[in-house]
Amino acid sequence: MRAQAKVDVVRQGYFGAYGGQFVPETLIAPLEELTRAFQAVADDDSFWRELRGYLANYAGRPSPLYYARRLTEHLGGAKVYLKREDCNHTGSHKINNTLGQALLARRMGKRRLIAETGAGMHGVATATVAALFGLECVVFMGAKDIERQAPNVYRMKMLGAGVRSVSAGSATLKDAMNEALRDWVATVDNTFYVIGSVAGPHPYPTMVKAFQRVIGEEAHRQIVAQEGRLPDLLIACVGGGSNAMGLFSQFIPMAEVALRGVEAGGEGLATGRHAASINGGQVGVLHGSKSYLLQTPGGQVQEAHSISAGLDYPGVGPEHSYLHDTGRATYTTVTDREAVDATFELSRLEGIIPALESAHAVAEAIKVAPAMRHDQIVIVCLSGRGDKDLHTLQTVSPHRFEGGEGESR
Amino acid sequence: MQRPVQGGVQGGSRGTARLAATFGALRGAGRKALVLYLMAGDPSPAFTEQAVPRLAESGADVIELGLPFSDPVADGPVIQAAGQRAIRHISDVPAFLALVRAIRRRTAVPLVTMTYYNPVFRYGEQPFIAAALEAGLDGAIVPDLPLVEAGSWRALCLEAGLAAIFLEAPNTTPAHARELAEATRGFLYLVSLKGVTGAERGLGENLGERIARLRGWVETPLMVGFGISTPAQARQFGAAADGIIVGSGLIARMESAPADPLGAAVAYTRELRAALDSIGG
Repeated sequence: MRAQAKVDVVRQGYFGAYGGQFVPETLIAPLEELTRAFQAVADDDSFWRELRGYLANYAGRPSPLYYARRLTEHLGGAKVYLKREDCNHTGSHKINNTLGQALLARRMGKRRLIAETGAGMHGVATATVAALFGLECVVFMGAKDIERQAPNVYRMKMLGAGVRSVSAGSATLKDAMNEALRDWVATVDNTFYVIGSVAGPHPYPTMVKAFQRVIGEEAHRQIVAQEGRLPDLLIACVGGGSNAMGLFSQFIPMAEVALRGVEAGGEGLATGRHAASINGGQVGVLHGSKSYLLQTPGGQVQEAHSISAGLDYPGVGPEHSYLHDTGRATYTTVTDREAVDATFELSRLEGIIPALESAHAVAEAIKVAPAMRHDQIVIVCLSGRGDKDLHTLQTVSPHRFEGGEGESR
Repeated sequence: MQRPVQGGVQGGSRGTARLAATFGALRGAGRKALVLYLMAGDPSPAFTEQAVPRLAESGADVIELGLPFSDPVADGPVIQAAGQRAIRHISDVPAFLALVRAIRRRTAVPLVTMTYYNPVFRYGEQPFIAAALEAGLDGAIVPDLPLVEAGSWRALCLEAGLAAIFLEAPNTTPAHARELAEATRGFLYLVSLKGVTGAERGLGENLGERIARLRGWVETPLMVGFGISTPAQARQFGAAADGIIVGSGLIARMESAPADPLGAAVAYTRELRAALDSIGG
């Protein structure tokens, strides 16, 4: 009976063939403890009431669903709405999840939070809630990312977090996650690992989805209020895929709503320098779950490449692999160049500077909206704001505003 | 009764049977087992090929061979660095098994691999098991394939005779520890501490209690590893269990003697062997 219960718990961690709990034995008991704690709060109204209070009064939810009139007119097709996660406190959707996990950590009596971060947005969001609740915080970050995301490193330190530089392997997000797992193995008694995406071992993909679900729940209410009907298409960028899963999950049962995830195409799929796990990878196991993965034929994990540090990850959340295989969602790619162009276009047309991650979703809308009817509706998840990327943009487009370039519209 | 033969048991047994013969002989002689870990291909396949038989002759009872993986989450800095050096030479299963085959021609010592699940998964569980046995491997430790995910792996290993070796941790619940002890083949790998390989933490966490509990359930050899590097620790942990597993300590010793890493490894093996053999009873 006990064994049966255990099997059931783990089966809950599978989305078709994907997911699972591929972790060292030392993490099995802590993951079971976490699963039980999460299941307990999942049915506890007082937990969600407390979380909703922080989401409203601290993070600034609900985030607006904004009709992008000038972008829509410019594209000449479907109406484009932007779900403005960039308006949240800390500048992205990441705060939805870190508030939820930190509240759970507090209920479990864990006094120390650890997190991995790539672009630094999840690290900042974790450092923020650690400060809010008076918890210790250590963020693991690849040495390369520390270099290219210096402002976020400083923000985390201002918030009282320790930032641990990881120089092993490719010195990016996947290596930061390896190191966070190694820390957790040694500190499980007092430490809660705040994973930033719908990736990692069960229960993380399910738990992070539950905390990000608010994006889609709000968007559903808001589009019905503004348009009186459901959208035709949702578009979101996918690295690990938490903002996409947050937007999609509410709409998955609504067959008339098409779901599209956008992977980072980097320099192009054909070059091999990209971060498109679903479009350019094979099924594998990394960081505790089975999913599509960028890897060599021999099963070594390959380095991902994207201009956007937040998408620069060789894996993808297991539920996305499942949605891909079942055809419920489709996954496309957008290159670095297309994302940069979309960043400038949205800035000019709407006065909104998107994060390079989110710009991948905007670029996809720019591609597909013109071919859609005027009475159709697209919702793009604008998962974060672009302030953190100004240095990258200045580097890749140094001459954009010289000699009248960029003045044409 | 079989005499313990350092360097392995002769006579054509392989896989789980070879490990059972070795541990049975050691138990019969009242001796503790020494399992040494080497990263295959660090710093070169030729070195590993030469080192394994020498360590077996010097007192190692089982050799654990690391198959390099890009993302070794269970390993500390010493083995991570060894993996990064080795992966330039050995980055897939065929290259690894070619080295195993060469080693097997030189020694009958039991060989088990320690790797991560993704290379095995990509190669295919069943093909991996068949090729591993054919090349001369006797067992496999896959630390990120816990029992709950190892249904088909266990069944296929059992059927083919490759020892699927599971790990038990300080925070494993007693009920689950029993499942692990009954599932494992060859030996049960007791993780001495909550942490990664090579960590320094003094006494093993609740190790005596865990061992006493396990002894009540199974006859399977209980081997302790993670964080054991000195002869004093070898004596202490060896006395409590059926033997010890040493990896980071061996690699660190070789790194400290760049002029003659093999000589340093042999000397270190003898120190550990002597420490284990000094355990009374």
